[in-house]
Amino acid sequence: MKKLLISAAVVAMALGGTQAHAAGKLKACWVYLGAIGDMGYTFQHNEGLKQVQKELGDKVETVFVENVPEADAAGPIERLARDGCAIIFTTSFGYMEPTIQVAAKYPKVMFEHATGFKTAPNVSTYNAKFYQDRYVQGVVAAKMSKTGIAGYIVSFPIPEVVMGINSFMLGAQSVNPNFKVKIVWVNTWFDPGKEGDAAKVLFSQGADIITQHTDSAAAITVAEEQKKLGFGQSSDQIKFGPHAQLTAAVDNWGPYYVRRIKQLLDGTYKQAESWDGMAEGTVTLAPFANMPDDVKALAQKTADDIKSGKLEPFTGPITKQDGTTVGEKGKPLPAGDILGMNYYVKGIDDKLPQ
Amino acid sequence: MPLRLEKRAEPSNTMALFSPVIAIALTLLFGAMVFASRGIDPLHGLYVYFLEPLSDEWNLEKLIVKATPLVLMGAGLAVSYRANVWNIGVAGQLQMGALMAGLVPVYFTSWQDPVVMPVMLALGILGGMAWAAIPAFLRVRFNANEILTSLMLVYVADFIFDWLVRGALRDPQGHNFPKTVNFAGWQNLPSWGDIHLGAVLAVIAAAGLAFMLFRMLKGFELRTLGAAPRAGRFAGFSASQSIYFCFLLAGGLAGLAGACDVMGVGHQLQTPYATPVYGFVAIIVAFLGRLNPVGAIVAGLLLALTFLGGEAAQTTLHIPDKIAKVFQGVLLFFVLACDTLVLYRIKWEARK
Repeated sequence: MKKLLISAAVVAMALGGTQAHAAGKLKACWVYLGAIGDMGYTFQHNEGLKQVQKELGDKVETVFVENVPEADAAGPIERLARDGCAIIFTTSFGYMEPTIQVAAKYPKVMFEHATGFKTAPNVSTYNAKFYQDRYVQGVVAAKMSKTGIAGYIVSFPIPEVVMGINSFMLGAQSVNPNFKVKIVWVNTWFDPGKEGDAAKVLFSQGADIITQHTDSAAAITVAEEQKKLGFGQSSDQIKFGPHAQLTAAVDNWGPYYVRRIKQLLDGTYKQAESWDGMAEGTVTLAPFANMPDDVKALAQKTADDIKSGKLEPFTGPITKQDGTTVGEKGKPLPAGDILGMNYYVKGIDDKLPQ
Repeated sequence: MPLRLEKRAEPSNTMALFSPVIAIALTLLFGAMVFASRGIDPLHGLYVYFLEPLSDEWNLEKLIVKATPLVLMGAGLAVSYRANVWNIGVAGQLQMGALMAGLVPVYFTSWQDPVVMPVMLALGILGGMAWAAIPAFLRVRFNANEILTSLMLVYVADFIFDWLVRGALRDPQGHNFPKTVNFAGWQNLPSWGDIHLGAVLAVIAAAGLAFMLFRMLKGFELRTLGAAPRAGRFAGFSASQSIYFCFLLAGGLAGLAGACDVMGVGHQLQTPYATPVYGFVAIIVAFLGRLNPVGAIVAGLLLALTFLGGEAAQTTLHIPDKIAKVFQGVLLFFVLACDTLVLYRIKWEARK
């Protein structure tokens, strides 16, 4: 029985392999956590897919699956691998284990996992320095807030999220050393109901500016309703908060997707771990709005300095919540320290779930 | 004109047998309408959903993997429901089983010998039984409605699981993500391709329960208490005992399903945990399988197909994965409706 199944699997894999080239086009596939209409994180990944279609459409066929829960992702990922995808982008942190598991079974398919830390010969990782945007947001928040308190809606206490909170706080403290950040954990990436409720709670606790590390436009919508201010996440969400959005962290995955698929087409593709930021254009900001010109100018200067490398948000010494410091004076923290960040900086009104 | 259901003097045996077939046909018809309403060719839609998953070996393996917990739980529930014991909470019992089994790799990570596997399975069974014992106790001691208590305990189990996997059981190397360490070596079930030992256990359990239910005194006792409680009591059968028996049986099997799932498929605990949903689908399995443990095997495969079809439709047709839930719900509706119409006839009553 075992032999039979193995041989069947081998035959199936061989068939899968031939399918990849049957159409003459390279098949590139994406697995999305949310819906492409979420106007946030998944929407931006799909914008990247569209850029691939536009630039490489004659050589590449694109396929996506949306609404794939992290807890049950192995099935859809394996289905794509078998359906002849040559490269599969799995776009959420929680897809890490299923991506590694499926990749081991399909060594000829290239996998690209967003925001994770486990790799394999056919699993690359890619991520963006979202925290750079957060620093600029922090500066703007401290300038614009009347109460001196910002609300921050967060998903999971992974380094990705923690570094964003810290960078926001450091940006804010550069303007107002007594600035406060209040935090609500919603334990999900995408749940507009929960995100909206969290925004209401934070506003009722005295925050007058909201930011979030979740995928929908719910928070900015609530900010608009309550005549408060906030930031868009992942995507320009100005139409949900025309009077509320100050700016938005906009993920721009297109250039990366085009580059990697081009490399696969011309044979220069190698397993890699990328972490691009403002300088590479992967992380951008939506136009500054709903703020006076002097704040706009300061925000622009901060963004320009980060982009040129003049300013690094995580420059030592950084004081942690417990009073100890990390980093050498005047020197940026090493990338590894940022990628494994597991502590809050001083002034954050929350206990990091440990 | 009000409707009234009137009991048929002699329900047709043939119709009783065919009722699930009619229900499946009606579900397919409904599915065709859903596809058509989304602008998808109904025949192509039904093909992608129900036939394509059966067209190659890989999918058949997946089908068996997904059917495994459904059969384990459906078979246990078939016995329970025959005895008129309404355990709706196997989802929570499964989750407790998974949690208990997962304690071993978390706390005894380096324990590697052939003993660890049966120990984990046994812990899984115990976890499910312990969780199922609560509604049984509440029913016997306080006459609390077991439908409500067992159902509500599903959510309690979910919160306990979530709290522990986020906290005490979390992998210290896992960058704070809510999951445990990976199970290794003997902490996993042996498997053939994707199919794991749980599938074998499910078939054994279903066959064993069918034998018990139809060939042993215990089965007669349960069926009598279910069909005619007073007659059962006159015969000296204890209703309380049978309530405990049914809950511990279905709970133990659900716990085993949970242990098999994490040891054979997930290889770690993580939250949110996707499999408990199967606990609710197992209720459909029990009914569609005519409350016969062997029938649960057939019904379990069919319901597993709705999960696979949902995945296929999501990838190929770009319709939401929620469609699987729609099919499952509609199928249960038609099964119960057909059964009702076999036993009763509809009478139109003129307004007086």
